[in-house]
Amino acid sequence: MVSDVVIVGAGIVGAACARALAVAGVRVTVLERGAAASGTSAKGEGNLLVSDKGPGPELDLAVYAASLWPDLVDELADELGPAFPSLEYERKGGLVVATTAAGAEPLRAFAASQRAAGVDARAIPNGTALELEPWLNPEITAAVHYPDDAQVQPVIATEALLASARNHGAAVRTGVEVTGAKRDASGRLIGLVTTAGDVPAGAVLLAAGPWSGETARALGAILPVRPRRGMVLVTTRMPHRVFHKVYDGDYFGATQSSDAALQTSSVVESTAAGTVLLGSSREQVGFDERLRVDVIREIATKALRLFPFLANASIMRAYGGFRPFMPDHLPVIGEDHRIAGLWHASGHEGAGIGLSLATAELLVAGMLGTAAPIDAAPFGLARASLAPYLEEAA
Amino acid sequence: MIAAIRTRTVLVVGAGPAGLAAARAARERGASVILLDASDATGGQYWRHLPPSRPSANERALHHGWSTYRALHDELERDDGCEIVLGAQVWAIERTDASDVTDASGGADASAVTDASASTDAATVPAPVAVHVLVGPPDGTRRVGRTFRPDALVLATGAHDRTLPFPGWDLPGVFTAGAAQAFAKGERVALGGRVVVAGAGPFLLPVAASVAATGAKVLGVYEASRVAGLVRGWLPKPWQLIGAAKKGGELAGYVGSHLRHRIPYVTGRAVVAAHGADRVEAVTIAEVDADWAPIAGTERRVETDAVCVSHGFTPRLELPIAAGCELTPERFVRVDDGQRTSVAGVYAAGEITGIGGVDAALAEGEIAGHVAAGGSARDADLGAAVGARRTFAGFAARIEAAHGIRSGWTSWLDDDTLVCRCEEVPYGRLRDTREATCGSGLRSMKLTTRAGLGICQGRICGRTVEELLGAGPDVGGEDDAGHAASAGLETAAGGLFDRRSDAGGLLDRRATTDRRPIASPLRIGELAAAEDPTTSTTHTVRKGHP
Repeated sequence: MVSDVVIVGAGIVGAACARALAVAGVRVTVLERGAAASGTSAKGEGNLLVSDKGPGPELDLAVYAASLWPDLVDELADELGPAFPSLEYERKGGLVVATTAAGAEPLRAFAASQRAAGVDARAIPNGTALELEPWLNPEITAAVHYPDDAQVQPVIATEALLASARNHGAAVRTGVEVTGAKRDASGRLIGLVTTAGDVPAGAVLLAAGPWSGETARALGAILPVRPRRGMVLVTTRMPHRVFHKVYDGDYFGATQSSDAALQTSSVVESTAAGTVLLGSSREQVGFDERLRVDVIREIATKALRLFPFLANASIMRAYGGFRPFMPDHLPVIGEDHRIAGLWHASGHEGAGIGLSLATAELLVAGMLGTAAPIDAAPFGLARASLAPYLEEAA
Repeated sequence: MIAAIRTRTVLVVGAGPAGLAAARAARERGASVILLDASDATGGQYWRHLPPSRPSANERALHHGWSTYRALHDELERDDGCEIVLGAQVWAIERTDASDVTDASGGADASAVTDASASTDAATVPAPVAVHVLVGPPDGTRRVGRTFRPDALVLATGAHDRTLPFPGWDLPGVFTAGAAQAFAKGERVALGGRVVVAGAGPFLLPVAASVAATGAKVLGVYEASRVAGLVRGWLPKPWQLIGAAKKGGELAGYVGSHLRHRIPYVTGRAVVAAHGADRVEAVTIAEVDADWAPIAGTERRVETDAVCVSHGFTPRLELPIAAGCELTPERFVRVDDGQRTSVAGVYAAGEITGIGGVDAALAEGEIAGHVAAGGSARDADLGAAVGARRTFAGFAARIEAAHGIRSGWTSWLDDDTLVCRCEEVPYGRLRDTREATCGSGLRSMKLTTRAGLGICQGRICGRTVEELLGAGPDVGGEDDAGHAASAGLETAAGGLFDRRSDAGGLLDRRATTDRRPIASPLRIGELAAAEDPTTSTTHTVRKGHP
């Protein structure tokens, strides 16, 4: 049973954990070396998806997370009042289409496997897809509708979770970088060395996204999380003509692949502000944040395959972020089996916005010794699929 | 000599005074030059003029240094070794060197760009950039994509004028001074019958002169800085002004023009509100104190049908930032005595290195072009330019000291005053959201309020939003009266925020509103289109040159 926790990282995962722990009565301090919501959480689309995950633990986590968001959005709105910006939560649904003859059958088979795992994945006729998305390229070869896919404005969501955490007694300290660990004679982690002095901790939760690897190193632990770069393009405001999250089916290939080379797959959606987001790319280039024209050109080309009308829409902005990539494609959630007092909530890659709430619930259960809402074992750092990376690195 | 093996190609972005001077100097040093400008004529904002199809005999009278412009333009246009590409919009600069960033924290740490210029022979290392350009009218049919990989890149992108918000500034009939001047110089259209010119800085004078030349009655020029401040700024080294004879001549010309048009010039006054139903019908002009805070009881209503407002200039930094150029704390491009930036092979000249006016821009451009073409800043034939740059070096500092934005302006804002016009974000919402979120990051503040996220991408409101949030550029300490010059709200009366870390200040200052990887909007179809392979390789010289 943990009574006070220091969370490293004020992105959405750290924010969700801070709120959940504070609500549960734990004394919480969040340390963030930059600004709140300034890393991965500010550089994505705000996806709350079940559609992109195949059967397995991550899908279970996503389905559980999807069940948490509606209530949370209402609770935060009540608690924070009308002066706080809306989280722009919208259960708009996802529409996944295949754009090639060869891609049709794999998409249908994937959807069938998800249905078997309890996901509402509706294989629909192409004509029905065009009723859902009248501006979609009519040349599609297959379509699956996922009514449970949703969207949230991730920065506002992060700030709202932090504001609520503060309301429940948490302290959020930005501009404080963790540089080392304080341990007792048994080796247990009892605090952190930071640029603002030592901070004692009953437990430390590492939630620094793609930077968790280096922070873990500063604490004497190996965590095989790496940055994977993703780019998103933003159009100018336009009349509302994209109504769902619309994906080219080969998106799954990119998210599930470990290939370091550039991969892009088309994701097109509107935002509450009236812009359209075009995504996305995935490449492993370290923390290199420079624009690459071939990457955004490929994103644009593939977006036109879904929505030809976008050819005359204008791109006004591009942004890129670093997703926390785990070699076995599963987040790490739970206590470190090597260092007592160290906990992890990292490695969600591009799914951290959606999975943040479920991650927080698992951690609360783990830290307070209460019943876990779903099986937490698959997310443990000690899982077999991570063992080679822990050994290799060590 | 090694440099003689191959002609160097120098790409110059921006055909205002600095870019024109750079192009000519690079040609004189034997380089092959490509000169790009987004508009449909050379000359930049400073020498904006009527198109050749509608020539005017009046340009000489309207433009300071018109003969300088004609000489530069005519020489370059005749020159087969200089390709002038108009309607050329640089939409991205891509860095082609290996990444020097192993850890981008997104935090407050300074960029790790190393200064390669000191140790590298500029004549042998091509600039590590690919410059992506679309050529053609932005609203016309498909533009043609071109990509340049020059040996040297000279950035001379200039500045745009900065207008602080005030209640009613979004009414039709309220113009930025730059837009007003563009109308007056480029279209010769009168903005209205009774025009008020207001703001701060010497730019107000040519604007008023241009507006008056269209036949409008200029009711007055209202300069927010007070006489004492102007004296402090301009007088510490008055002999420099005498040395800067041309600058003195320019100002004298405007003053002469004002006398001819009988335009009152009033200091310590600001337009603090504009009024009207469908368009501006009147403004409130108030006396302001040394901090630019309006003094209660001094408000005066003036009927007008057009208002031109400028409070200074913001350098256009998106391309230097994309190229990886290091900035100064005051947020200009850092250059050495050869106008070299921190990126080998990339040079900067003109307003992006400091708001210094046309004469400084001409001198810097000449030096940049000469060095970019393989010369040295110490070469004898650059002597005049180096001397001129020295003469005008203090000019920017004096303008800033005398006319720089003071923090008191924020007290003329209402809760309803739009700070970001594209996304219609009022001041009150910006402040309330900041308070509700304890916002510690500029990026988060932009994304939670949408300020700066609209079509102008913060070009109009970016610096204002930053200053309101306490994240503006450093502005060089305090002035004589002990006021932090041009600081944000952290020093304003009733200041909202402070800038210190771990106490609510903004911590992601690298997320500046000047960072725009997409430097100008482009259509998705244009982005997706394969480039013409004949133009997407390294530029080759079209015509042989000795």
